[in-house]
Amino acid sequence: MCTTCGCGPGEVTVEGHAHDHDHDHEHGAHGDLHYGHGAAHSHAPGMSQEKMVAVERGILDKNDRFARANRRWLAERGVLALNFVSSPGSGKTSLLVETIRRLQGELPLAVIEGDQQTSNDAERIRATGARAIQINTGKGCHLDASMVEHALAHLAPADDSVLFIENVGNLVCPAAFDLGEAAKVVVLSVTEGEDKPLKYPDMFAAAQLMLLNKVDLLPYLDFDVAKAIDCARRVNPAIEVLQVSATRGQGMDGWLDWVRAAAGRARAERAARRAEAARKLALLEEHIATLR
Amino acid sequence: MHEMSLAEGLIQVVEEAAGARTVRTVRLEIGRLAAVELSALRFAFEVVRQGTVAQDAALDVVALPGQAWCMKCCQTVTVEARGDGCPRCGSHQLQVTGGDEMRVKELELA
Repeated sequence: MCTTCGCGPGEVTVEGHAHDHDHDHEHGAHGDLHYGHGAAHSHAPGMSQEKMVAVERGILDKNDRFARANRRWLAERGVLALNFVSSPGSGKTSLLVETIRRLQGELPLAVIEGDQQTSNDAERIRATGARAIQINTGKGCHLDASMVEHALAHLAPADDSVLFIENVGNLVCPAAFDLGEAAKVVVLSVTEGEDKPLKYPDMFAAAQLMLLNKVDLLPYLDFDVAKAIDCARRVNPAIEVLQVSATRGQGMDGWLDWVRAAAGRARAERAARRAEAARKLALLEEHIATLR
Repeated sequence: MHEMSLAEGLIQVVEEAAGARTVRTVRLEIGRLAAVELSALRFAFEVVRQGTVAQDAALDVVALPGQAWCMKCCQTVTVEARGDGCPRCGSHQLQVTGGDEMRVKELELA
């Protein structure tokens, strides 16, 4: 097992400068201490009540707080954020490059790239003309919400834009880490096995959409598309599936329509938030007027 | 292999709850469907607890059963792993409703 896996201070870099994993963010009041559990409820009958402290907090509490803050930040700006996850080599970057080429001019786009090392993927994205920022996790195996928060501050995506987050190629760990995205999109290529979803259930269960990529290669493979979709639906009955070829174009129109619809929902949510804020402001002003 | 990140999150929760008091036991509730490898988490915990108020703390893990709503049976059923069918009717039309949590339940202080 890799004993140095996991982010440590100084190991994670965002475009060359170190990212201190321990942000000095304010912590609200959490973990109410209450001593209400009697011996009957504790797992150590006979142990003095004062020595048991109820915590009831998720292990990923801190990441979840960052994720919630990211989600709120994105929603306030009407930004659609999608978290792309897959094995290494499924074609995520190529898919993003082709998606950007087709959507450019129509929707403002920006990308957060995640890899252990190199800026190769961010550079490929930038070559399309879209803005990108690279996160290098060093020994880390997944992006987490605090890294994304840091990247958002640097990238500053425009209002009503689309943000693609390409996670570290890994079908295991990223499943557990909410980044604040609107949806996880899992990319499975036809050069992988049909039973991937059964072997890596956590990821496919966490995804809203599965993109079956490289379908142009189907004539040369024994890949059973129906079986792959069936496997995905076993671990996630609600998962949506689209078949695409990033390099040859099949299915890309359907995928772009999916992105457009999701972006439309993000914009609508922002408009609704603003309308609500304006309504509250009007009420407040009305109330102030009556006080005069 | 993200158990080190999980252990870091875990020790943060423990430190916030314990303050300056020494911790004897950290009791976790980990669902059967949670995305964590327990032995790796235990190993990682031993690393991250060093130098903290929990440096000699034992890790007690309470396993919670996996739970899902079966759309065919219209009942909550117990499942062992994701991808399993309903134990009553075999259907895979299941919505996981519990057993994927990873929670610090309580601490036993010295």
